[in-house]
Amino acid sequence: MRYHQAVHDVPVLFEGCDRPEPAPGFDPTVGGAIPRELVRDELRIPDLHERDAVKHFVNLSQMNFGVDNGLYPLGSCTMKYNPKVCDDLVSWPSVANIHPLQHPSTIQGALRMMYELERMLCEVGGVDAVTLQPAAGAHGEYTGVHLVRAYHASRGETRTEIILPDTAHGTNPASAAMVGYDVLEIPSKEGCVDVEALKAAVSKDTAAFMLTNPNTLGLFEKDVREVAGVLHDAGALLYYDGANLNAIMGKTSPGKMDFDIVHFNLHKTFATPHGGGGPGAGPVGVKAFLEEFLPVPRIMKAGDSYALDYDRPRSIGKVRAHFGNFGVLARAYAYMRMQGGDGLTAVSENAVLNANYLRHHLSRDFELPYGQLRKHEFVLSGRPLKAKGLRTLDFAKRLLDYGFHAPTVYFPLIVEEALMIEPTETESRDTLDAFVDACRAILAEDPETVRSAPHNTSVRRLDEARAARDMVFSWRAHEKKMANGLPKS
Amino acid sequence: MGLSKCSLEMLQEMGLKSVEDLFADIPKEVRTGGLRLPKGMSELELRRELEAVLSANRTADSHPCFLGAGIYNHFIPAAARAIAGRSEFVTSYTPYQPEISQGMLQGLFEYQSYMAELTAMDVVNSSMYDASTALGEAVLMAGRINGGKRFLVSRAVSPEKVQVARLYAMGAGIELVEVGYDRATGGVDLADLASKLGPDVSGFYFETPNFFGVLERRWKEVREALGQKVMVVGVNPMSLALLKPPGEMGADIVIGEAQVFGAPMSLGGPTVGVFACKSEHVRKMPGRIIGMTADLDGRTAFCMTLQTREQHIRRSKATSNICSNEALLALGAAAYLAVVGRSGLREVASQNVRNMRELSSRISKIPGFRAPHFSSPHFNEFVVSSDVSAEKVDAALLSKGVQGGLVLTRHFPELGNSSLYATTEMHTRRHHDMLVEALEGIR
Repeated sequence: MRYHQAVHDVPVLFEGCDRPEPAPGFDPTVGGAIPRELVRDELRIPDLHERDAVKHFVNLSQMNFGVDNGLYPLGSCTMKYNPKVCDDLVSWPSVANIHPLQHPSTIQGALRMMYELERMLCEVGGVDAVTLQPAAGAHGEYTGVHLVRAYHASRGETRTEIILPDTAHGTNPASAAMVGYDVLEIPSKEGCVDVEALKAAVSKDTAAFMLTNPNTLGLFEKDVREVAGVLHDAGALLYYDGANLNAIMGKTSPGKMDFDIVHFNLHKTFATPHGGGGPGAGPVGVKAFLEEFLPVPRIMKAGDSYALDYDRPRSIGKVRAHFGNFGVLARAYAYMRMQGGDGLTAVSENAVLNANYLRHHLSRDFELPYGQLRKHEFVLSGRPLKAKGLRTLDFAKRLLDYGFHAPTVYFPLIVEEALMIEPTETESRDTLDAFVDACRAILAEDPETVRSAPHNTSVRRLDEARAARDMVFSWRAHEKKMANGLPKS
Repeated sequence: MGLSKCSLEMLQEMGLKSVEDLFADIPKEVRTGGLRLPKGMSELELRRELEAVLSANRTADSHPCFLGAGIYNHFIPAAARAIAGRSEFVTSYTPYQPEISQGMLQGLFEYQSYMAELTAMDVVNSSMYDASTALGEAVLMAGRINGGKRFLVSRAVSPEKVQVARLYAMGAGIELVEVGYDRATGGVDLADLASKLGPDVSGFYFETPNFFGVLERRWKEVREALGQKVMVVGVNPMSLALLKPPGEMGADIVIGEAQVFGAPMSLGGPTVGVFACKSEHVRKMPGRIIGMTADLDGRTAFCMTLQTREQHIRRSKATSNICSNEALLALGAAAYLAVVGRSGLREVASQNVRNMRELSSRISKIPGFRAPHFSSPHFNEFVVSSDVSAEKVDAALLSKGVQGGLVLTRHFPELGNSSLYATTEMHTRRHHDMLVEALEGIR
């Protein structure tokens, strides 16, 4: 079975758009309401017929691959199928057409939904309180690290350092640095936290340790309670990166593992679509002793009504305007209500089953460092490709030709030529088998075919270095470049 | 929960007996026994449940709403909705594999191109979370550009936005210092600006239109006063259909909220933070940037670029921690602009100005009310002051089924009894009538 992506010639919308004078009768001052000196001279955006605008974007959409097109096994990104009913919901006027500054009495439905979502996340995370305000996972980390800072400050302590394992997602060190912490990375041992190295690294300057469990290799960190003890004994906090939560719902929880702060990626675990890069939502949960530091407002329930509490003197303040990405929160709420407690547990069971099934079959063809059993994802080494003069990148590009999105590649850094595969629970056994067959077929192919892949996508391999060199980030910049690059006539 | 036959076969193939074998590596002391959550439900049951919960919301359709303050109720053409709803866009991830993601990449490049044209800036990233976090990032970027430990922010900015920016600034040890507004015009108080400038100041943020809906007339003086310091300008991108773009005012960084282009209010999120800067600062910029290039055959193509600024490469040295952004809404903004086009955008922007003029004029004729409070030109929002307390006005309107403007008393006590009213093309004559009649009834 071969895949062919659509190939359309779709010129950039601005191509051929001239700089016309304002239309006759158009008055940019709007009857003198705007002074002439504040009015712009020209507005060069194309005037299209609706028909042509739709054609443009529909043809572009056919040159884009989403979960709805097929398997998208990007490790750590949890690209599961997104139920359509959840998308449908957010177009309802009762979700779409409400303003964030409305009187709380007029948004009781929205407040109830958010309150109940917080409670459901508390149960899944094993935490006592949740804020829905952060707009994405990294934004949740940023919020969590601010909570760490506020907690230590409340105890009159200034701690300067956050520790991470070397397998951490890049957002972890970046978020810690953004709040002003020094970042210390410790090496892993057998793919997991080296408790002795951690003990040696922890000091009175340690503010927190950030960890995801299962980790980015898909391994469960068995020593997590001991890790928590090391941190807590030193007066530091333990932060849970929720990117990998899809593996453990109903089986364990970050709270049960003694984490103090947890972020959730609703666009991963709770099936909200990722929209080509966003929007996401990154709620943060905490144990009770940290609740007073959460962002304002807090949603309070009294009897059957819901109110907003801004009077939280020790709150870190706000990390984003308003309530967060409500449209995403509403989708996740719908998903969780539809799944229920047993359904979410089954989600994790099937996610782990699917990952191990693929791991079982593919570890014969690739190298699988660090033991066998995995949780939601696994990391293969593409080292065996070297014998054929190929790299993991070539293999990933060739997978596209078979109609599969590529796995995450070259991460985590501790595995050479890494291929990080997360199939999620929503893929059928037939799809998984087809993926295994495709992987084996590629290994048997003529290396040149693989090296020059992809062949069946809308464009061939890109000159990415040229994009960085040319720095053309807008049509406006492109035209300037063309004007400067061509001899004046 | 029983396993399907297929799942059992998969387990057997792996030499496992039960699903629990897959979780054998989780130590007993951290195990939990399932989730104490309500039972799941079918799609039909879910719809009924959600309809019941959400029926408690009062929408801008049923209760005319004059709230703005950064989030606006604009018309969204069906075609723009249909485009942004294409599931190939909706269900894709960040375009890490550009060969199979050209649709999204070109759409985002076009978003960047639209914003570049509207703002007259060369570099636009492919979105921040919202305008408030865009301001936070702009403060940090100004610090990277010239190292100052203080950053000036106009008082005529949403207090919520400033609160967010203050948290962002804290991590870099940057202090935000407020610059007052002119009590008559509502524009920047130039004397106060001059008094706050100093060698440790990295830049200044002001908006046009600002929080009070006021268009800034003294931007030349502001630019001159700032000298080499970073000028960050906040805009309502829709107003740029008519207004001189900030790139022509000498802005170094431009931020804004592109929710106005095709995104519903949705209780304030998700929205789209616009972030633009001059070319010379691009390597200090946060967020994802889409660049134009070519494939092996020389075909024009697009990819994420300058990624060495970003967290997955640079880790703790990255310009920002941002990973997920608001790509789908940025694409939606491009779709909106493609559908309405130049003439449609000018028309809708003009209609906003006309509605503002009409409504403020009618309110100003009501005894006990003054509008607009400030003497400057406005876009689609203005401050109304009243003899009676703004809270009382708000409650009286709500009892008549009208959602009045945002009460300003708490954050801007210096304005007395004041509220901030927004009106857009969504407000009909009847909506204005309802508001005016309700205001006339207040004694």
